[in-house]
Amino acid sequence: MNPLSLIVRVGCDIFAWFMLVFGTNVIIHGYMSPGGGFQGGAIAATFIVFLLVAYGSRRVHSWVNEGIYDVLFDELGLLSFIILAFLGLPTSFFFNYLATPLGVASPWFTPGAGTIFFMSIAVGIEVTGALSLVILNMHRGIRLFSESPMEEELGHDR
Amino acid sequence: MIDLMHTAVLIMLLLSAFFVLWLKELIASAIALAAFSLTLAVEFYILQAPDVAIAEAAIGAALSTTIFIIAIRACSTVRKIQGDGRK
Repeated sequence: MNPLSLIVRVGCDIFAWFMLVFGTNVIIHGYMSPGGGFQGGAIAATFIVFLLVAYGSRRVHSWVNEGIYDVLFDELGLLSFIILAFLGLPTSFFFNYLATPLGVASPWFTPGAGTIFFMSIAVGIEVTGALSLVILNMHRGIRLFSESPMEEELGHDR
Repeated sequence: MIDLMHTAVLIMLLLSAFFVLWLKELIASAIALAAFSLTLAVEFYILQAPDVAIAEAAIGAALSTTIFIIAIRACSTVRKIQGDGRK
């Protein structure tokens, strides 16, 4: 895809950061309000969609290091989710060992929901990385098509 | 009041779903699918499921539309390279 005009690029530059902040807000408040890890991660993944629509895949692929999305976001989110789940294992898997009952002030920085808060953040990080990787790899697929000729397609209806 | 709005949203759902099937251009059809998905998010919100509405708006209107448009563009470049004159 080619880069679009200056107006679209400036608008996407501004609104991409707003979508990232909004997605983070949905993730962080996901334990007590509508939304959560998956929804906020899907909103935060629109950041890379804005950049790809505005600047085209060639320039964005020169900026983005996909190992960051793969290792830092995807695997860190999955690992922290499963570690948080295993930390409750002396009682049971997924045991909410940080939760405080209603009406009791929570001890330090943890909210009353306990591990649900941290698991929501872990799922948000994971979904952000995974959906951004999906979009980036689809765009790389276009460039593979346009740069090298394809073979004759077999077994297709049309 | 809420009944009127509910009926209007349902009629919008039917109309946008009709246009998804009726439009010949694939990109226009994908945009109509995004409108369908956004209206469906409003319908979920009216039915008091705001959690599902956020997921539907984010996935259906933003991410799946871009995935469809990327796939349509990739197919058109393949057809151009192979010299298939069909549009």
